[in-house]
Amino acid sequence: MESSILFSMCLSLQVASISTILIIITGIPIAYLLAQRDFKGRELLDMLFTLPLVLPPTVTGYYLIIIFGRHGFIGRIIYQHTGWSIMFTWYAAVLASYVVALPLMIKTARAAIESVDKNLINASYTLGHSNFSTALRVIFPLAKRGIIAGTVLSFARAMGEFGATLMLAGNLPGRTDTMPIAIYSLARGGQWSEAHYMVILLTVMSGCLLYIANRYTKRIF
Amino acid sequence: MEFEVSLRKKINDFTLDIKWQLDNVMAVLFGLSGAGKSMTLQLIAGLMKPDNGQIMLNKTVYFDSLTGINLPPQKRHLGYVFQTLALFPHMTVLQNIVYGAPNLQKKEKMNIANEMMDKFKLNGLKDRYPDQISGGQKQRVAFARALIRQPQALMLDEPFSALDRPLRLEMRRFLIDVRDKFNIPILFVTHDFEEAASISEKIIVYEHGKIAQIGSPIDVKNNPANQYVSELLS
Repeated sequence: MESSILFSMCLSLQVASISTILIIITGIPIAYLLAQRDFKGRELLDMLFTLPLVLPPTVTGYYLIIIFGRHGFIGRIIYQHTGWSIMFTWYAAVLASYVVALPLMIKTARAAIESVDKNLINASYTLGHSNFSTALRVIFPLAKRGIIAGTVLSFARAMGEFGATLMLAGNLPGRTDTMPIAIYSLARGGQWSEAHYMVILLTVMSGCLLYIANRYTKRIF
Repeated sequence: MEFEVSLRKKINDFTLDIKWQLDNVMAVLFGLSGAGKSMTLQLIAGLMKPDNGQIMLNKTVYFDSLTGINLPPQKRHLGYVFQTLALFPHMTVLQNIVYGAPNLQKKEKMNIANEMMDKFKLNGLKDRYPDQISGGQKQRVAFARALIRQPQALMLDEPFSALDRPLRLEMRRFLIDVRDKFNIPILFVTHDFEEAASISEKIIVYEHGKIAQIGSPIDVKNNPANQYVSELLS
């Protein structure tokens, strides 16, 4: 395997894995809050988190530049204090994948958490268990199929992320060229045999992930 | 032991407005479906918040709209057996029972759980899951789980309604046995008067969210307070 292809594959796996870990850490609590807690602005929050699912990835990328770019309102603060900017680094690819794939976890996990029998949750409260203990020992175990499906879907989406990543991380060979970006470069440069190879690899990987996700979602809904 | 309940709760067109007081007895909340019996249990357990009123058990205030006290369900020492029993399907029988005692040390928890398994004739079933045991055994697991942390009262929301008649009769005897062993007030919801009369010392008759009559089963049967109660028993 050519070293540039191997690099892109490893980078894609690294970016997708790290963003998926971040999605698990933040997405499950967000899904729990949206499913279980009744608060003002709940549906607005759901809409905000879900927007990247329907927005063109370039628009999501644009927003991320406005927020995290060197002159963005968070990016500027980071740059002033550290002299470092996330732009055009592989961290930017992680951020882009995270934001674009997070809605898949929130939507799937929220539906699974909402489908847990309310009586079981109430039973846990009457047995003296706190909200946290009930979430950990009753809700999440019973919603685990949805959470696993959400994790697999998020990983697959992160692997395939292109538009927002290109806007934020750019296309720097050997630094930020994940598989989808490398395929774009190879096709533009007329290197069709390498592009074919990567396209097939990415298609097979994504197909396998979708198959796994479907197996889990079918059993929940 | 004394249970004092005075509650008002409005949901859409339905208003629950009740007031009753009980000593340490086995009492039945009796009435048609939709009369507010199960809602009363949920309000007492803290699973719903009353619009106003007061709930007191043994001088401990669980809810008081005037002083703003509203203990969460976790802090109300009540055992609650749901109509569906609500056994956790991903836990074994032993894990279900142990789950009912979250504040005990592990060793103490296991000792008490084993005692409960003995008391409720569940030996040999500890590693089974709820879908691997019979209806009667599920009932006993739900009781053991609700009673393991020694609640100050036990509330049962039509737990026997899905059982066939022989098993229902067996469970009634079992319930009387539970009352003897634990000696705590028991509140039992049913719309079956025969069941109410066979187990209770006191019956509280509900009529569209209000109390129609309170009395012993014989009192209620022989001297119904009004036409509604009389028709309910016929």
